[in-house]
Amino acid sequence: MNNKYKRKTILLLGLLLVIAILGIYKGAVDISAKDLWLIENRPILYLRIFRIITAIVAGCGLSVAGIVLQAILKNSLAEPYILGASSGAGLGAVILMVLGVSSIYIPGGAFLGAVLSIILVYNLARQHNKINEQALILSGVIVSVALSAVIVFLISVSSKDTLHSITWWLWGSLQVYDYKLLILVSVVVFTGVLISYLFAQDLNAISIGDEEALHLGIDVEKVKKFLILVTALITAGLVSICGIIGFVGLIIPHIMRLVVGPNHKVLIPASLLSSAIFMVGCDILSRTIARPLEIPIGVITAIVGAPVFIMLLKRKHMPKA
Amino acid sequence: MEKILSIHNLSGGYQNELIVRNISLDVSKGDLLSIIGPNGSGKTTLFRLISRIIKPVQGNIALSGKDILRLPLKDFSCQVAFVSQDSIINFSFTVWEIVLMGRIPHLKRLQAEGAKDFSIAEKSLSLTDTLHLRNKMINELSSGERQRVLIARALAQEPELLFLDEPTSHLDIGHQIQILDLLRKLNLQDKLTIVMVLHDLNLASEYSNRIVLFNQGKIFKQGSPKEVLTYQNIEAVYKTVVVVEDNPINKKPYVVLVSGR
Repeated sequence: MNNKYKRKTILLLGLLLVIAILGIYKGAVDISAKDLWLIENRPILYLRIFRIITAIVAGCGLSVAGIVLQAILKNSLAEPYILGASSGAGLGAVILMVLGVSSIYIPGGAFLGAVLSIILVYNLARQHNKINEQALILSGVIVSVALSAVIVFLISVSSKDTLHSITWWLWGSLQVYDYKLLILVSVVVFTGVLISYLFAQDLNAISIGDEEALHLGIDVEKVKKFLILVTALITAGLVSICGIIGFVGLIIPHIMRLVVGPNHKVLIPASLLSSAIFMVGCDILSRTIARPLEIPIGVITAIVGAPVFIMLLKRKHMPKA
Repeated sequence: MEKILSIHNLSGGYQNELIVRNISLDVSKGDLLSIIGPNGSGKTTLFRLISRIIKPVQGNIALSGKDILRLPLKDFSCQVAFVSQDSIINFSFTVWEIVLMGRIPHLKRLQAEGAKDFSIAEKSLSLTDTLHLRNKMINELSSGERQRVLIARALAQEPELLFLDEPTSHLDIGHQIQILDLLRKLNLQDKLTIVMVLHDLNLASEYSNRIVLFNQGKIFKQGSPKEVLTYQNIEAVYKTVVVVEDNPINKKPYVVLVSGR
């Protein structure tokens, strides 16, 4: 890595540190910096640290899943939920909520729902044992719409109480109470991120074209299948603890592609850092702008992300989709 | 002459349709061979069969005596490089990044490019006269420049055999000559064996030592330009009236089209 990137990396790391510290001191409850470290306030401190870790894990996972899918689908507008993970997980969770199953099983239900819907989308898009990009996007959309309809149906026929917890879930939350689950998902996410980084050069070649990548000695179909599985696990893991957080997997890779270029060896680390910063920042907003109420994180990422994205679209240097 | 590629009884195509049927063809070391033929005659399908994008239905392709399907993909792409037709690149990679990708087959996973790779990439750029473009975005280049950069990437693979699918389509005559002069130079000076699909019969005649004429998925005729480019062969395959003269400069056949009345 040359000096140009080193400086940017150090800058981003510093920014992440600053915003993480800010995240510890700001929150729904107004406590002075000193009091936060008192023994009686420890639970609040721990909850905030958990949130920051969750924000970083979610940001990293979603941006890398986005990057990988964008390369595989050769479409810079792809996002982690394009394979139907969000609606699959949503349906899995909603079914359990409606059935009145204890909330500790809900992440499991969501994970299962996400994995099943990705398998469904993947198989719908498979032709002659090859993945057709257009078919993958299309079947993702169809499955998402169909499952969302079932979600809305279930919500309509169920009681109002369920409705609230579902809304909260469908727009994401970074409050994870079960730290064991958080550790498990973090391991899944960071293993996935690491694997994706190991395939950085393959992703470069595949983003140029499948046949081009094959000419460079890459077993394209195998690599694509494997990496789709990796992004599916990342997305399903995250969706099971944080619900659906939109826009991160789309705008962070996009912005970083404008800043550092499309080379995945640089793009992946740059996106990891900036998505972590973005998520921790959005989380601070979600906890503080309507204190003591908390705004779902997905609402904040969409409100912050959409204008940024529109600005990018209007810019001349937009990479062709 | 030592055979570098030998295709034996090859058939292949898509789904249920065989496009290439029972082709046998040898490429010798040092050849600059052109494949010509009407649209849909199987030239690009042959290209895709050799580049392992599609699998043969029957027959085999051997590289220096070894069946290519038995060779690991990486080893194969260290020996054979391909330049496809109209590569559209969606992401704004720089020319330098694109050319360095030619080193992928030679690198292990996680292995970063070293000084040797950089110097090979640089040499490939200067051979194709694109060194001044190294920091430009690939999608900002003209078609002629892009084609040269893609040839540079193929050269960075350090192949023994280079395949090009219509390297001069969409180029003006100046750029066509520039690309083909470059290929001839690589063939003569660097002893690179080259096989290219060409549409322009006169360019094929000018530059290749051997020509293979395709018709309906089969080889209609192969040999020197003089043997293949006769008005009888061309009229039979292309169903068009032509006059074949001798090029006054190099005495190679020169094809003149005659318009229908």
